[in-house]
Amino acid sequence: MSTGNTDSTISMAPSEESNGKAKTDNLRLTMTAWIAIAILSFWLFVAVFAPLLAPHGEGEMVSMESFKVVEEASFLGTDYLGRDVLSRIIYGARMTLGLALIATLLSFSTGIVLGFVAAISKGWVDQALSRTVDAIMAFPSIMLALIIIGGVGTSLTVVVFTVAMIDATRVYRLSRALALDASVMDYVNVAEARGEGVMWIMLHEILPNTIVPLAAEFGIRYTFAILFISSLSFLGLGVQPPGADWGVMVKENLQGLLYGAPAALLPAFCITTVSVAVNLLVDWFLHRSSTMIPGELME
Amino acid sequence: MTFAILRRLGLGLVTMWVVSLLVFASTEILPGDVAESVLGKDAPDEVVAAMRERLGLDRPPLVRYWDWLSGLMVGDLGVSLGSGREITELIDQRIWNTVRLASITAVIAVPLSVFLGLLAAMKAGTILDRSISIGTLCVISVPEFFMAALLVFVFAVQLRWLPALPILRPGQSFLSSLNSLALPIVTLTFAVMAHMTRMTRNAVINVLSSAYIEMALLKGVPNYRIILLHAFPNALSPIINVIALNLAYLIAGVVIVETAFSYPGLARLMVDAVSTRDIPLVQACGMIFCATYVLLNLLADILSILSNPRLRTSQ
Repeated sequence: MSTGNTDSTISMAPSEESNGKAKTDNLRLTMTAWIAIAILSFWLFVAVFAPLLAPHGEGEMVSMESFKVVEEASFLGTDYLGRDVLSRIIYGARMTLGLALIATLLSFSTGIVLGFVAAISKGWVDQALSRTVDAIMAFPSIMLALIIIGGVGTSLTVVVFTVAMIDATRVYRLSRALALDASVMDYVNVAEARGEGVMWIMLHEILPNTIVPLAAEFGIRYTFAILFISSLSFLGLGVQPPGADWGVMVKENLQGLLYGAPAALLPAFCITTVSVAVNLLVDWFLHRSSTMIPGELME
Repeated sequence: MTFAILRRLGLGLVTMWVVSLLVFASTEILPGDVAESVLGKDAPDEVVAAMRERLGLDRPPLVRYWDWLSGLMVGDLGVSLGSGREITELIDQRIWNTVRLASITAVIAVPLSVFLGLLAAMKAGTILDRSISIGTLCVISVPEFFMAALLVFVFAVQLRWLPALPILRPGQSFLSSLNSLALPIVTLTFAVMAHMTRMTRNAVINVLSSAYIEMALLKGVPNYRIILLHAFPNALSPIINVIALNLAYLIAGVVIVETAFSYPGLARLMVDAVSTRDIPLVQACGMIFCATYVLLNLLADILSILSNPRLRTSQ
């Protein structure tokens, strides 16, 4: 495949391209990557400027007609309560993408710190942390979420923390494995010999050397959080009405499908665009960088 | 070998015990107790006290855990808060509905994805491999409920080929129940297949890069023989693991699909129990699903011990 021929890669997975090419133009954006970035910037813009972009309020009923394209509503028509679908999708972007971002940031900060600490200190700290994580991972993640929400009751905080905790176990395993590999390197020994503290070594030696796979994992975990939170909302256990989140919107308008109204498909499609875009970007990123996530940690 | 299997069985038992501990603990995280949180803040003290006594919440947690666990052992799952009925009675029919949905899906999805994964590995780097790769990546990115909604919209509403909601009648023939179950089954199959196909492909490709495959290639063994006789037997153990791991996705998928199609299964019962805060029912259903998951993983490990000559003969 010639280097200049980027157009031909649109329909192909970037993952299958030869590694030889990857070495030559290391961070060159392929067409797929450009498309992914465009989609993500679009949604970022929508989420940030939601109140300015939305023609109607989040819970405002604009019409008495459900599932109809009427004058009062914008071109996507009304939902099951006669609210404007377009406005709710715009506000939903904020809710879905924002909640998932908070959950992922939480899971990454705790997962990385605990993973690094376990890898560096070894011994009983490592044992205690790793066995706890094993116990949490003995549950299918959705079951764990259902059991916790069943016990504690639902609220945005509970949902975000539950998803963050489940995610953190995966981040922990990855960052522990990466840090274990890095901690036997000469530069860590040298830093230790210089008398640097544990925190300093974590921040200045291990983190920079594990940042590439961790960044890719961030993308994977972010889509996971989006899908997870919207699935919980879809089950009626996440964001509560009248709040708009893409998962809730699918649930609310599912009945409309039977009358041929696609109001339930649109928010689901939005989720799909975001997660496809992030996946493509991660795929591109991983195959453009020499460091790979160990195979057994990719789920 | 017996030792390895016994060790794994022991580990499985420990896992089950930890799972039961965590399931029980989930109701103890909150300050206050089940009675308070179910009845709400405004409930009069006497009512809360009465409920506490009825549920035995006035006893220490360890005693309650022991009672609950020993009940589980003998198949006594307790009483549902919502309906006041025995939980065993509530789940009796539903558990079979879920088993039926999941097992039909597994029977379709497992051979199909192993086949696709093998095909992609055999034709690695070709257009076929790339389309399988892109297709599965897209399916992974799609939430199960989108798949469900899309399939209903296309096949039930627009084309009117299949019923949108599965209606199960007693005494229905297998074929006609298959017809009404078609959409949930297809949705679930998609959800499980994508991961399974990708992981099978990777497992086989991994094996294909080993030295004995190169040897076979160099002495002129035809391609299909390399895959079927040299690579596949060695990839069997990772593939079995992949299958077991993905039957776990089936558990997650079942929760969404049963809700999307209002299917009267165990997962739907659990979701309802979570939203009505029927805690004994949530715990019972949760234990059933988690036990299934732990058992599947156990089965996978034992099968891979059996399928790997090195593990089979050592010890």
